[in-house]
Amino acid sequence: MRTIFAKSVPGRAGTLPDAPAAPAAAHLPQDLLRPAAPRLPEVSELDVMRHVSELSRRNFGVDTNFYPLGSCTMKYNPRFMEYVASLDGFTKLHPLMAQLRGAGHFTQGALEVLYETERLLCEITGMAAFTLHPMAGAHGELTGVMCIAAYHRDKGNHKTKVICPDSAHGTNPATAALAGYDVVNIASVDGMIDPEHLENALDDDVAAVMMTCPNTLGLFEHHLDRIVALTHAKDALLYYDGANLNAILGKMRVGDVGFDVVHLNLHKTFATPHGAGGPGAGPVGVAERLAPFLPISRVVKLKDGRFFLDYDYPKSIGYMAPFYGNFGVVLKAYAYILRQGREGLTRVSEYAVLNANYMRKRLESHVEIPYDRICMHEFVASAVAQAKRGVKALDVAKALLDKGHHAPTVYFPLIVKECLMFEPTETESRETLDRFVDDLIDILTLAESDPAALQHAPHTTPVGRLDETKAARDMILTDDA
Amino acid sequence: MPYIPHTPEQTQEMLKVVGVASLEALFQDIPASMRPRSFNLPDGMSEHAVCARLEELARANKTDVISFLGGGFYDHHIPAIVDALSSRGEFLTAYTPYQAEASQGSLQAIFEYQTAVCRLLDMDCANASVYDGGSALFEACMMAVRATKRSRLVVDECLSPIYRTMLATYTTNLQLELVTVPHGGGVSNVQALVDAMDDRTAAMVVQNPTFFGTIHDYTALFAQAKAKGVVSVLAAYPVLQSILKTPGQMGADVAVAEGQSLGLPLSFGGPYLGIMTCSRDLVRQMPGRIVGRTVDHQGRTGYVLTLQAREQHIRRAKATSNICSNQALCAFRAYVTLCVLGPQGLARMAEDAVDKAHYAATRLAALPGVRLLADAPFGNEFAVVLPKNAHEVVDKCASRGLVPGFPLGGYYAGMEHVLLVACTEKTSREQIGHLAEMVGGML
Repeated sequence: MRTIFAKSVPGRAGTLPDAPAAPAAAHLPQDLLRPAAPRLPEVSELDVMRHVSELSRRNFGVDTNFYPLGSCTMKYNPRFMEYVASLDGFTKLHPLMAQLRGAGHFTQGALEVLYETERLLCEITGMAAFTLHPMAGAHGELTGVMCIAAYHRDKGNHKTKVICPDSAHGTNPATAALAGYDVVNIASVDGMIDPEHLENALDDDVAAVMMTCPNTLGLFEHHLDRIVALTHAKDALLYYDGANLNAILGKMRVGDVGFDVVHLNLHKTFATPHGAGGPGAGPVGVAERLAPFLPISRVVKLKDGRFFLDYDYPKSIGYMAPFYGNFGVVLKAYAYILRQGREGLTRVSEYAVLNANYMRKRLESHVEIPYDRICMHEFVASAVAQAKRGVKALDVAKALLDKGHHAPTVYFPLIVKECLMFEPTETESRETLDRFVDDLIDILTLAESDPAALQHAPHTTPVGRLDETKAARDMILTDDA
Repeated sequence: MPYIPHTPEQTQEMLKVVGVASLEALFQDIPASMRPRSFNLPDGMSEHAVCARLEELARANKTDVISFLGGGFYDHHIPAIVDALSSRGEFLTAYTPYQAEASQGSLQAIFEYQTAVCRLLDMDCANASVYDGGSALFEACMMAVRATKRSRLVVDECLSPIYRTMLATYTTNLQLELVTVPHGGGVSNVQALVDAMDDRTAAMVVQNPTFFGTIHDYTALFAQAKAKGVVSVLAAYPVLQSILKTPGQMGADVAVAEGQSLGLPLSFGGPYLGIMTCSRDLVRQMPGRIVGRTVDHQGRTGYVLTLQAREQHIRRAKATSNICSNQALCAFRAYVTLCVLGPQGLARMAEDAVDKAHYAATRLAALPGVRLLADAPFGNEFAVVLPKNAHEVVDKCASRGLVPGFPLGGYYAGMEHVLLVACTEKTSREQIGHLAEMVGGML
């Protein structure tokens, strides 16, 4: 498909604003101006509509395809959330308005949304305080680990290391490094953090242990209470990666069991759309002793019921976002939580876990399930047997695309060979799960009878497997390269 | 059960397949001692009730005011096609395009976005976005630190104080030295910036237009930086960039921008868009996702996420950044905006905003005791010095439905009397008339 630049016709205009009364040259010296206009496409509005509509037909989305993508919680995105985020009273609100002393009353609705969302997230997770500033999950991790660093600095602790299990998301070690820590990996045993390994790695230099529970294999950590005790005994803090929160809503609160810091992914658990990679939001919750270090500003409710932004937290780590986070995303999650309520959120996790276990049971006689027991919201399979016949996890994933399903997460976590990681989410029906499982069984059967047939999948997509080596070597990153 | 499609019969059948008696039995791994001490959330609400509640909260914000607020975040017109296309589920509900064959739409759109922003900023390479202009600036500094293996960042005080506070926060634990060079009355003190660079300096960071709205040509500064082995970082304003001398022309190594002005609503601070571009020799230092063009086994053109060895999911603790989720849909909106406005539309938007700002500046400067902070070229925003506290003037005007700008006293010591005033193409001459009359009446 040609690019929009190839469709450009010199002199053609799209949606033009009014012409200015005077050109820029009337106000600015020539040497500050660009000599030639940027070579943006010269196309009509209809050209843009047709081009982008055609692009849209070359994409999978939750709206069009089942997305059993482990660790990513690709649930349905209810559309009333888009509606509330598009209300003029929110979209037209300039963020600096809240910082004008006399115009504080102009933003009371928005501040109430922030305040109430923080309060609800505190109750959902059992944490003492939340910040909504982080703009994605990894940004939440950075915020959380920086709060941990500030906490230790404030106490006079000299800590240099962060422990991550080998099953952790790649963002965890990358975050620890960005916060100035050395990363210590510990090996899992039977899919779990091993208390012995943890104890050996935990010395006085450890600032934090980053983990998620259920872990990235979809298993609840058996030794969680020991992990908490061991970590706290060294005055290290326990960090919870909220990527897997969809498994435990109403069943466990991370604050109750001893986690000190948690980030949530509103674009996973709380159903805001992924938008092909973002924007998300990664609010961070902390235990009471870490609250003084949260980013500023913070939203405070006054005795008279009014809300205001408070910057007076001398121990705060400072400013993580230009303003108050991805407010438009927070709005959607707030609306989702109100819609679901206590009962609804509990059902979310129950059915997410039911769907995962149902899929696991239906697949267990067809593919290796390395940890074949009751799982949480996701589980992993291994295509090692298929790989011996020449059909790798990647081939299975690509063959699923031909059946109209998005692929599961593959080759993650790193501790399972030829890993396929399935997370169906609660919003998928039994019929969808059955169709997917039947298609996957067909593929696994074909892997035995005619492995070569799968090695070049997919065939029905706009392009086949792409030459990634060539892409990295040629580095054609724009239409001009 | 909102958004859960199971019938009671199906639930029972599925539980039977799993081999457990109840939904609760699925959670047997969580011991009783770890169950919630409380889960005291409100009851669920109907879609109608939630919408009504949010409509009420939206009404509790006052947005029907005449506003001259800017500070890097501007109320430009958003063409209706932007909402129409960005609400298509094929983009809205897609995941990160790791499965390239099922994501050619998103990937080609990002590739075209990268092309468009590179052409706008006159740079070689772009990534698929970071969170916002401030985080883009931090990532640009980290690129410089890695490329030069130096640890000192020289920052112009004319750089947005919002970004400077973010930079200070982000670098807290990284053993970097942040040096701020005082502004020269609302303009960059270029000589002082040159003098501040030494052989430990990794990056020179400036903004054009500056936070005060003034416009510079940093060509000479960047040449000096190059001579000293320092990476030049420029923060730009995309709409004005359609008419201003480009970062590329000035010799910037990394150019970043807050992309909000390209089709993103103000939305009380986000989601916004961090645009990141660089020269070709720095691309391997750039964080985040990057789309490249390649071919499939039949020779058909296609697009993939490329150079992934820089990223956290491959490199883990040694990655260029921890960024994973970005602002893809915001980049998509900027892309549609750039396409539908085209070079002519974007330049009209910019020139109209600049023209109106100059009209507003003339009107305000004609008031007794009011003068422009800097005697320097400016774009669609400018700073004026009032004969009294700007906060008080803003408070009084705001209570009468007009926000005349942003008072700078909180951001710059000694600027209690300075007001930052922004116009866009949406500002009318009539509104500027009200501005001058109302501010004049307060003095």
